Amino acid sequence: MADTEGKAIKVREKAEVTTPAEQTRPGLVFTPAADIFETDKEITLLADMPGVKAADLNIDLNENILTLDGDVKPPEGANEADVIREYRTGKYYRQFSLSQGIDQAKIDAELKDGVLRLKLPKVEAARPRKIAVKTS
Amino acid sequence: MIWRRITGFPTWDWTSPFDELERMRRDMDKLSEGLARGIFREPMAGVFPLMNVTEDKDNYYVRAELPGLKADDLDISVTGDTLSISGERKFPAEDEKAQYHRREREAGKFSRIVSLPAQVDTGKVEARCTDGVLTVVLPRAEAAKPKQIAVKTS
Repeated sequence: MADTEGKAIKVREKAEVTTPAEQTRPGLVFTPAADIFETDKEITLLADMPGVKAADLNIDLNENILTLDGDVKPPEGANEADVIREYRTGKYYRQFSLSQGIDQAKIDAELKDGVLRLKLPKVEAARPRKIAVKTS
Repeated sequence: MIWRRITGFPTWDWTSPFDELERMRRDMDKLSEGLARGIFREPMAGVFPLMNVTEDKDNYYVRAELPGLKADDLDISVTGDTLSISGERKFPAEDEKAQYHRREREAGKFSRIVSLPAQVDTGKVEARCTDGVLTVVLPRAEAAKPKQIAVKTS
């Protein structure tokens, strides 16, 4: 993405989720910022989830509803007192509905430096096919 | 209440409607104050990245959420009591033919300076980036450390 070269990042507060479902545990829930793009073969989803460890991330695809659920443990030590607090931490939760048939067996997820990269390959039937127009 | 409704007739007790209005005004004030506090709960510098600064007896801790960045992508320097962090968030090039459904994540350059409440030992500052969260540990300078003062009894 060459067009972003040299551009300064604008500050954005984390978006808090307004009741995704009744929470069983107290705490804040945020919506991770996501990029979704599609090629002929697959849909790729990138989500920023800083502070989430691979073991604490749950990805679930059920009836075309993709759910991302990442737990974050407070990074502060027990004896630390706040001086400035500009952002808050909490878990991440977001759901996406996928329209096309996804090959569930071939889903590939990678969490690296707080960014989730999820590859959702399309099933053979859902891939676009070029239709040749015959001239008689 | 009933007693008031009976006796609170304007000619007998003409201040009661104003009392009521005054009470309502006070309630509204309280409500709007609460709303304002809710919105401006966190003081914001308005500069990316947002930072949390905490302290304990020996150190200051500065944390920032920088998903996708590695320690090498960051330029961190400390002088006396200021910490400056700059870097660039880059996204790898994706497939040329990719069609976007959503694009919420942002790439670009950033730089920020924060002033710490006291001098730090610049030689012992440590920074690490784990899971997209940067943590900078800044030990307090010897002169800025809290000292226990023993009270002598004569």
